[in-house]
Amino acid sequence: MDFIRPTSLAEALRAKAEVPEAVPIAGGTDVMVELNFDRRRPPALLDLNAVGEIAKWSEVDGRIRLGAAVPYVRVIDELGDRLPGLAMAARTVGSPQIRNRGTVGGNLAAASPAGDSHPPLLASDAVVEVASVRGTRTIPITEFYLGVKRSALEPDELITAVLLPPADGPQQFSKVGTRNAMVIAVCSFAVALHPASGTVGTGLGSAAPTPRRAPEAEDYIAGELSALWQSPAPLADSVLRRFGELVGAAAQPIDDVRGSAAYRRHALAVLARRTLGWAWHDYCEGRVTACA
Amino acid sequence: MREKASTFAGEPEPSGPNRRTVLVGAVGAGVAGTALAGVGVGLAAPTTAPPAPQETLPVTLTVNGVRRSAPVDPRASLLDTLRDQWGLTGPKKGCDQGACGACTMLLDGTRVLSCISLAVLHDGQEITTVEGLVAKGEMHPVQRAFAERDGFQCGFCTSGQVTSAVGLLKENPRPSRAEISELMSGNLCRCAAYSNIVDAVADAARGER
Repeated sequence: MDFIRPTSLAEALRAKAEVPEAVPIAGGTDVMVELNFDRRRPPALLDLNAVGEIAKWSEVDGRIRLGAAVPYVRVIDELGDRLPGLAMAARTVGSPQIRNRGTVGGNLAAASPAGDSHPPLLASDAVVEVASVRGTRTIPITEFYLGVKRSALEPDELITAVLLPPADGPQQFSKVGTRNAMVIAVCSFAVALHPASGTVGTGLGSAAPTPRRAPEAEDYIAGELSALWQSPAPLADSVLRRFGELVGAAAQPIDDVRGSAAYRRHALAVLARRTLGWAWHDYCEGRVTACA
Repeated sequence: MREKASTFAGEPEPSGPNRRTVLVGAVGAGVAGTALAGVGVGLAAPTTAPPAPQETLPVTLTVNGVRRSAPVDPRASLLDTLRDQWGLTGPKKGCDQGACGACTMLLDGTRVLSCISLAVLHDGQEITTVEGLVAKGEMHPVQRAFAERDGFQCGFCTSGQVTSAVGLLKENPRPSRAEISELMSGNLCRCAAYSNIVDAVADAARGER
């Protein structure tokens, strides 16, 4: 197995063009499990740890540009105020040791339906920035996931960053697992309130072949909230429940070792009802959720 | 026990037979016995050629303050490299998939799981294992707290627990008990010494005992 260690993005893209089968590795927390158990024998590894361009975040034209190789711990420590939904999800990834190394870019590249980053990225209309020697392009997050562990990334492309608008309203994330730490999600859900546009974003994880949104639930709740953004009042329990039902209906889960499809659908409805309740409560209190 | 005590006290390895050399010898004898039994029942020796030697890359790491270099298989985990190349067997291989925390090391002071990291990724970086926590023959305060609070039973997870706790206290020097449980959640203890582990980390954070 070859080991390629570029020290700049240009060099990394040239290497990826020359050896498209090379597996990019940053924290290694996902790739290494596959190597250790011989599930994958890549001809080459492309080490991205010395590519400085993708290891930082910045604010560009009013959006946060989060470099693909920024570890979760930095999302939690440095972006909890601006990207609260993503920071909450990052806090549930693996363990502290894994959060010190694992990255959102790696989560995207793996494109597992259970990845914790995906629901908040969907809920806040993230855009994935990818690059190759042919140039740079952006992929809306809803078009990024194509199937179980399949994405719109071309073989010669690398994920360089994810672009997100900073939160303009409360955001929440919740996940069901067999315990609090070190679990792959049985199902997960993110919600983002956008008072400026009067819309609500959603993201479902471990609920279908790909992470996905719940458009009907979003339309329903946007309608219910349209009269309330200016004069916030508590939401009726029936509204929260209907939102939850629509989220559950948007799922297309499977039975597997982590849970049954029926359980997932039910749990998603509960997560959706609760997270919307928390987010709306925060909105009524005039708070933009900060990542605790 | 003798080996553990010597590691804690920072003494040189005993020169006579110790647990490890006895075990290695026993395993070797077991393999030889199996091979002989195979010959006895007429099993043919494997005919496939031995695998070609792997390509290696030179890797230099500063491990517990000592610069070490070795040719390393690019597929070798940081854990295997430290254990097999340099005999640093403090970090344990529990699950080899990043789920148990027994292989926790400090990488430039930050705790990481060495079983799901490659040695070649960390060329030039600084590694601290449990062996490196002892200073001038004195146990690290976290080690002492674990000993005094009985923060273990069988001891297999302990080197990872201790190293993880050292990293935790660097990240958060004044954790609450709830935070300790949360922030130690990447280290499993099948003996379930958790309450004593939390006590030990809390003691170490207070600088008591």
